[in-house]
Amino acid sequence: MFHLILFLFFGAICVAGAVNLLVQSHPINSALSLIAVMASLAVEYLLLGAEFLNAVQVIVYAGAIMVLFVITIMLLNAGKEASSGGSRVAIVLGIPGALVGTLLIGWTLLFHSNTRAVPIGALKGDPRAIAQLLFHDFLLPFEITSVLILIAIMGAVVLTSRPAAVARGPRRDG
Amino acid sequence: MSITTFVIISLIKSLAVIFVMMTAAAYSVWLERKVSAHIQNRWGPTKVGPFGLLQPLADGVKFIFKEDLVEANVYKPLYIAAPIIAMMFALTSIAVIPFGNWVEVGPWGTYLQVTDLNIGLLVILGSTSMGVYGVALAGWSSNSKYSLLGGLRASAQMISYEVSLGLALVGVLIMAGSLSVRDIVNAQRHLHWNIFFQPVGFVVYLISAYAETNRAPFDLPEAESELVAGYHTEYSSMKFAMFFVAEYCNMVTVACLATLMFFGGWLGPVGGPPIVQALLPVIWFCLKVFFFMFLYVWVRWTLPRFRYDQLMAFGWKILLPLALANIVVTALIVAWRG
Amino acid sequence: MMVPLSYYLMLSGFLFACGVIGFLIKRNIITIFMSIELMLNGVNLSFVAFAAQWHALSGQVFVFFVMVVAAAEAAVGLAIIIAVYRTRETLNVDRVNLLKL
Repeated sequence: MFHLILFLFFGAICVAGAVNLLVQSHPINSALSLIAVMASLAVEYLLLGAEFLNAVQVIVYAGAIMVLFVITIMLLNAGKEASSGGSRVAIVLGIPGALVGTLLIGWTLLFHSNTRAVPIGALKGDPRAIAQLLFHDFLLPFEITSVLILIAIMGAVVLTSRPAAVARGPRRDG
Repeated sequence: MSITTFVIISLIKSLAVIFVMMTAAAYSVWLERKVSAHIQNRWGPTKVGPFGLLQPLADGVKFIFKEDLVEANVYKPLYIAAPIIAMMFALTSIAVIPFGNWVEVGPWGTYLQVTDLNIGLLVILGSTSMGVYGVALAGWSSNSKYSLLGGLRASAQMISYEVSLGLALVGVLIMAGSLSVRDIVNAQRHLHWNIFFQPVGFVVYLISAYAETNRAPFDLPEAESELVAGYHTEYSSMKFAMFFVAEYCNMVTVACLATLMFFGGWLGPVGGPPIVQALLPVIWFCLKVFFFMFLYVWVRWTLPRFRYDQLMAFGWKILLPLALANIVVTALIVAWRG
Repeated sequence: MMVPLSYYLMLSGFLFACGVIGFLIKRNIITIFMSIELMLNGVNLSFVAFAAQWHALSGQVFVFFVMVVAAAEAAVGLAIIIAVYRTRETLNVDRVNLLKL
């Protein structure tokens, strides 16, 4: 019972945040609702027993990646977005289509998937066990992602540094 | 333990810890004013109570009765939410910090800690990284150029130094083999304090901690001479007080963490009757934390402020490589010794 | 009472669908990027749920890798957004339609 209440409560925050992301027209509001989604997803991970992932989700996703988004929005001083004049065909076909798809998937998952119930903390994802997997079984992917991160850092530095001509200031001879 | 007892004990512990934290933050302000005054050959607060000890109370009353200004052009929801966010995450991390050892009150026994998690250290790091939002949103929603610059500076500085802060602690984690704060302290018994094995990690941690809490010599986000007051320029009354308390709470947390990670936490000589045995660890812990708080104030009133590009270069080009080198050396030595 | 796995999967599917819709209807390039992050989060939840179902810890390790890749993606993506804003001074994807300035 306790488990179900927790799941429903944080699931509701997730759903509300995701919908709010779509509805809001100012990017900073969208970013904040995305942060709410991520934080409550961290609690859902905890319900499933993924303790280490819970911490990583908060530190990396909610605490680092989304801070980058918020800083970018602040830096570019992004205003409200112009509403896109969506075509009528998209509304007429899209909304019923999305509804039918949702119902179909929900019905299949609820009544025909033969999934079992998951007890609280079903699989202990404590740091020790994760580390064993990460540094032993998945060592090669781990090293490859670390190289990927390095490349991403260099790419970000190259992309954001101003072109040499601009950095030198206005040319005197031209 | 039934679930009701558990909830009641947890509630009592949480309330007690929040009370202790707020008091500690208030008296750090008093300490700061007093020590800075003596450094500058003044007296500091003396009027309210003996040695000005009731000054924090008077300050609090003053904050409550000040007019709460909300500017016309601020973005109101975020303007109000920002101090709440800052305060909330400043208070969260205290939940996993142990103040002392096992105590017994009548039939009940408990650790002097709200909860011991096997991801305890990550909780502290997570809540400090979430605390950035309070600063960033305050700067953005105030709709003022000083606030925006202060907020941008603060958030960039905090996420930069968070990296070296976290990496400086990895050496300790390798030696203790656990992320639980209690286990890390217990691994330092018999004066095997980590400061003797991890001096480089400690120095990197201490410097990053100053930057992480926006304290001098890294207090550029609120550099008075250029930015008025940085991200909280437009705040007044209790909203300003919340930022203020959050800053001092963060200082206390960081000082507690330094004590626990490098100076053996509550460990120290213990003896005498049971009641003294239960209380002595708490006293050792408080003394060590007090030392770090004093160091904070001392450093602030001794060192001049950095320039912003110097600050960033120092973080990324000196502290980060040092922390990484420390990890590599520690890991090699631990692996070599088996 | 325990929560059936299908509830977790439905939540995950909903988040993914919201991400897709946001990607299609939003015009601000930053919000579009955030919708992609929402999709990744939805998929992560189903990874963790299936890991609990099959008692396979590697599901959680996959989520860890997804997060790392998302961090790399965010760093490069936001750098590109800043570069685009510098040259075109707009964040509206409809107005970023010239190959050459």
